[in-house]
Amino acid sequence: MDDKTKEPTRLSISGMSCAACVATVEDALKNTPGVDESSVNFAEHTAMVSGEAAVESLIQAVKDSGYGAAELRGAEDEEEKEAAEFAYYRKLLRQAGVAALIGGPLFLAGVLGYMPGMESASERAFWLAIGAATLFVLFYSGRHFYTGAWKAFRNHNANMDTLIALGTGTAWVYSMLITIFPAIVPSLARHAYFEAAMIIIALINFGSALEMRARGKTSEAIKRLIGLQPKTARVIRDGKEMDVPISEVGLEETLRVRPGEKIPVDGRIIDGHSSVDESMLTGEPLPVEKREDDEVVGGTINKSGTFLFQATRIGKDTALARIIEMVRQAQNTKPAIGRLADRISAFFVPSVLIIAVITFVSWGSFGPEPQLSYMLVTTMTVLIIACPCALGLATPISVMVGVGKAAEFGVLIRNGEALQTAGRLTTVVLDKTGTITEGHPTVTTLIPAPHYDETTLLQLAASIETGSEHPLAEAIVEAAKARNVSLQNVTGFEAVAGHGVTARVDGKSIAFGNEKLMQREGVSPGDLIEKAQALAAQAQTPMYLAVDGQVAGIVAVADPIKEDSRTAIARLHALGIKVAMVTGDNRATAEAVAKQVGVDEVMAEVLPQDKATKVMDLQERGEVVGMVGDGINDAPALAGANVGFAIGTGTDVAIESADITLMRGSLHGVPDAIAISNATVRNIKQNLFGAFIYNVLGIPVAAGILFPAFSILLNPIIAGAAMAMSSVTVVSNANRLRFYQPKGGSG
Amino acid sequence: MNLVVVNAAGLITIGLIIWWFWLSKPRARTETGTKPIEITVDQGVYTPSRIEVPVGRPIILRFLRKDPSPCAEIVLFDDFGIAVDLPVNEPTDVVVIPKEAGEFEFTCQMQMYRGQLVAKANR
Repeated sequence: MDDKTKEPTRLSISGMSCAACVATVEDALKNTPGVDESSVNFAEHTAMVSGEAAVESLIQAVKDSGYGAAELRGAEDEEEKEAAEFAYYRKLLRQAGVAALIGGPLFLAGVLGYMPGMESASERAFWLAIGAATLFVLFYSGRHFYTGAWKAFRNHNANMDTLIALGTGTAWVYSMLITIFPAIVPSLARHAYFEAAMIIIALINFGSALEMRARGKTSEAIKRLIGLQPKTARVIRDGKEMDVPISEVGLEETLRVRPGEKIPVDGRIIDGHSSVDESMLTGEPLPVEKREDDEVVGGTINKSGTFLFQATRIGKDTALARIIEMVRQAQNTKPAIGRLADRISAFFVPSVLIIAVITFVSWGSFGPEPQLSYMLVTTMTVLIIACPCALGLATPISVMVGVGKAAEFGVLIRNGEALQTAGRLTTVVLDKTGTITEGHPTVTTLIPAPHYDETTLLQLAASIETGSEHPLAEAIVEAAKARNVSLQNVTGFEAVAGHGVTARVDGKSIAFGNEKLMQREGVSPGDLIEKAQALAAQAQTPMYLAVDGQVAGIVAVADPIKEDSRTAIARLHALGIKVAMVTGDNRATAEAVAKQVGVDEVMAEVLPQDKATKVMDLQERGEVVGMVGDGINDAPALAGANVGFAIGTGTDVAIESADITLMRGSLHGVPDAIAISNATVRNIKQNLFGAFIYNVLGIPVAAGILFPAFSILLNPIIAGAAMAMSSVTVVSNANRLRFYQPKGGSG
Repeated sequence: MNLVVVNAAGLITIGLIIWWFWLSKPRARTETGTKPIEITVDQGVYTPSRIEVPVGRPIILRFLRKDPSPCAEIVLFDDFGIAVDLPVNEPTDVVVIPKEAGEFEFTCQMQMYRGQLVAKANR
């Protein structure tokens, strides 16, 4: 066991204001189990900790002592990783080249009949020299297979190394034995297989090198995300601006960003304003206006102005780092479709060993002469052709590319299970506000009853809505502000879920809400009911205002439909998916919106807590349901659906609440996610089918099943080539997904 | 060819394969302390590959990957929903809390590297 210990951990500490704080934090760290030493630097607001403790427990210890902490880490050095991978790739090629250099000419000479027999002493001396040379090559080019096989064996495990080591090792040992003791086998069986062992080693190393290259391409999406992280940041320390590596930026530090620069970490603007291009993370093409107190996200690009901001999240806590981590985690999960392959993989290699033994025994029992040669060649071929890697790689490699591809479209898929289920959805339920519509309603119509005017109507409505958190309330208060209408004091405010609000204003009893609220309060809307219906038919949401039990007018609010909602819903229909809409809004307004965008089923006047029940109703009807909502108010419905989509969360990743997070506001993310899921699952099936068929057909043919009827026997070198190419084929097929474009996609 | 000898040898070999790879287990390393458990990732094998730990306590597994081949790149704990990238020659901690007794496998993506965390209830 290597004695390599962990590098010291560097933490950025926030909230320290004096030397006493330093002592508190230092004590907290020192008392954490596993910490050998810790020192806190007050000037830099950092802590250096050495020992065995995990970073999570260090951060928790600091937090428990009343301060904030985050790990300071360098930007991921992808270049270093790539350099190491390239060195390994070159090594594999070198090993393949050396084996091919020795094995190739031997093979050619054998085919052309230039190789001597084993009869005379000089001929045997020649073969002995060849045996020694090939032993050197086996050691140089194939040592990793033999040591790997031995280590696995000692651990009661068998892997690909076991098969290759046994296959090539048997060939070499048999060849050497008949060279030294030719008398132990009949003259017909005196054939050496040194060249076969060489070429198999060459081919498998070459295949591994190709696979490695192809694999590098499968993680391009994550590399692109990592590439968004800037390397340096301009911080202001003691009034001076200086460029520092990104890993040196601490919490609460002030940073300056100039036009055209990338924003280094997450933070809040404290001075200046600008427009910021967030398209690389959200897929949203238009720059977003940012001013004081607005949040900015690391990795996005400042387009126009210069501004100062305070770092609020650094290192692996930034939105970009969390997105990278989420994509990485998702890339490494497996959908259920891959579980069978996993179960088979666990038993695969020992099963192949058993088949090899059965092959050996069968040829020994029933094979023609030279029997021993047949026994050896078929056993060796069975060991070499079997490829557990293709089977094991089939699912994860496609998931890796598929999840990465989705991320390019601003779609974050939480895991392989969500990926697979998204492809099976039969119904998608869309929340109306903020999903189909912009989520920013505005007051469109004011209809006062006799004895009231528009200003009084708006004044009372806005006054009572000041205390409400409903999205429509904000629209009414905004409208009052825009018309300079002063607001009045409100007492006895009560929100009635799914109905509206009641309160007292200036001694009068006020009720403001939908028809249900009026019924509850015993208010008759009178003639206004027809006007309300007409407004609802135009996709406006009418609300009645009642004063002391008499209707005082209607305030109608409309939430504009997102311009691409209709085309996104058409794409869902084209995928064969039914689309339903769920809303708390009145039926007439909901029907009007549904008609405009082409929704199949409307679930209107649904209380927020009942949305999950509606999803369950659909599931009971046999539908596989995807629920699309904002991820906050709809959390129970998202959790209850087969796949929950959180939409329009921007870079504030709603990781916890949804199976799939759509970083841009457009509904097109839903058909994009479903189409990519379909393509990925199709790709997995192709891979699994190919890997199964390859092994199911290849192993019996290698064992000689075709020999009795057709005298066909597989050459172990061909088996080696097939084995080397099988993994490469699986990886290359997965790579095809990189070029996939969802039909009608907007990304 | 002596049929009896060949067939008998074959049967014995098959029996040994079944016994060694499926029926018997490598000796487990028992860990009870709070120190991280170091696991080397090299040449197709996690060393140690079978580790006994107490139930309900956070376990820090410190992986040191020496094998540069991409096969060793990721360690997966399916039962805990954990997947961690292992950089070459850089110790990487994985924290797991086995909440119940049982055997929990950790593997590479292709299931060739295999190890077991055996959680045992405290006596």
